[in-house]
Amino acid sequence: MNDPLVYVLTAAAVFGIGVHGLIAARHLMRKLLAINLMLSAVFLLLLATSAPLGQAPDPVPQALVLTGIVIGVSSTAFALALMVRLVRRQGHASLGRRDER
Amino acid sequence: MNADLAVGLVLLPMAGALVAFGLPAAYRRALAAAIALGWPLLLLPLTLLVLRDGSIAVVFGDWQPPLGIVWRIDGLALVMLWMHAAVGLAALVHAWPGFAPDRRAAATFWPLWLVLMTGANLALVTADLFNLYVALELVTLTGIALVAITDSTAALRAAMRYLLLAMLGSLMYLAGVGLTYAQNGTLAMAGITALETTPLVLMLAGLMVKSAVFPLHVWLPPAYANAPGPVAAMLAAVVGKTALIALWRVWWLAGDSASQALAMAIGVMGVAAIVYGSVAAMLHPRLRMVVAYSSVAQIGLLLLLIPLAGSDAFVASGFHLLVHGLAKAAMFLAAANIVMALGSDWIRRLPGLDSKLPLEAFTLALAGITLIGLPPSGGWVSKWLLLQQARSNDQLVWMVAILGGSLLSAAYVFRLLAMSCFHASHHARRPIVTRPPRAGSLAALLLALAAALLGLNPTPMLNLLATAWPGAAS
Repeated sequence: MNDPLVYVLTAAAVFGIGVHGLIAARHLMRKLLAINLMLSAVFLLLLATSAPLGQAPDPVPQALVLTGIVIGVSSTAFALALMVRLVRRQGHASLGRRDER
Repeated sequence: MNADLAVGLVLLPMAGALVAFGLPAAYRRALAAAIALGWPLLLLPLTLLVLRDGSIAVVFGDWQPPLGIVWRIDGLALVMLWMHAAVGLAALVHAWPGFAPDRRAAATFWPLWLVLMTGANLALVTADLFNLYVALELVTLTGIALVAITDSTAALRAAMRYLLLAMLGSLMYLAGVGLTYAQNGTLAMAGITALETTPLVLMLAGLMVKSAVFPLHVWLPPAYANAPGPVAAMLAAVVGKTALIALWRVWWLAGDSASQALAMAIGVMGVAAIVYGSVAAMLHPRLRMVVAYSSVAQIGLLLLLIPLAGSDAFVASGFHLLVHGLAKAAMFLAAANIVMALGSDWIRRLPGLDSKLPLEAFTLALAGITLIGLPPSGGWVSKWLLLQQARSNDQLVWMVAILGGSLLSAAYVFRLLAMSCFHASHHARRPIVTRPPRAGSLAALLLALAAALLGLNPTPMLNLLATAWPGAAS
């Protein structure tokens, strides 16, 4: 099971699930979770491609993932703050119309 | 004169932003102004260097690529840096009274404004794919925070929509960067020799979301239209444009290996954006939405560079980026003043604008001329060069698209002008609600004038841009 292809395919599948969630979910919290799922998929992809079979892993993609995590966490925190503001303003956490929430 | 001065372009606003967050709210505005005024002093020696050497490279800490990060300032980046400085200064003048220290939003507006300029400058000068990712994140997140600053429901919803799509875009871009690294072993743009279709398409798609290419533009109109005037000006001239330049740069990484079919597909998206954006701008009943949809159309025009792929088209697109940025920022600043004065942004309330707010009406007209591309404005030069390129390539389709796009933009600009100046309506007799500050009107007018006058003697600018054409070396 140490074939990188397995991880790449898993990353693609998880990314796909995230895209589906981002489009299909109504609640903003679910949309944000979907985005975080996609974020994990991208990190998995970066790490899987950085360690070819039987060789020492390349540290650069790991550094990229670390930076990516920081950016992902801050974007998510910002999005959550924005969501809380929005809920206070309009009373529900979706971008749809009030009647179709 | 030292190329290391370039570091100041990013370091100065970044340090300013960090200091501003710690300062009492009363001093934040003054600090932002000091930095905006110091900017040209920093740009001037760099300009002389670029004019002498063609481009500047900065290597950090003597770490050479493939590991180290390299910045490169070429003619295109330099022109855009000046545009950022000009639009940033105009936005600052316009925002000065509206975000005075006693206003609630001022405490966050000025530090965010500085962070936005940090990210925008970084995105222009960096020649490293991952550095570019970080810069674009910085620009988008602060841009979104600035949209949300008015705290109205519409602005918050627009900011949320923008944020969700921007996060999707940056994820796609990041995935593409990861695959590119796996293949090339470096993130430095100069070191990338092989770029396969999958990472290329991933990066392009991500950047298309960020630069609002049709049909990924859905976040743009509400975000631009609900942001305060200075913010909308910065979004249109700085945020959207840096993502578009990044898109061009990524495309050129692929070099000759990029398929002709992909270039055609991008061209078709550009044409679709021109048609859709212009028609939406023609039909929308609200002033700021019209200006925002016009941006969607202009972004489509700027995408045509990819299928046209020639030095003339490159120079024309770089020039159009500059004049359109100036003109669109002027329009958003003027539109904000009009909304303030009339108390609404419905277009049916515009009649009588020429006597109520002559400066704003003149600004709209001047900027509109540039958008349409009438001589002698800057927009005319860029559209003429684009047409020339299309003709010499025998690409009739794009010629039709450029000419049709100009006609369509004439339709929506003249609609605004006709409503403002020649339409008899009882709205013309309504008094002005709040008279906008004179300095803001003048700042908008100066931007529009610059965009229009650049067409009178464009040759030095065009020569400078030509040195940055990536096809010149090969």
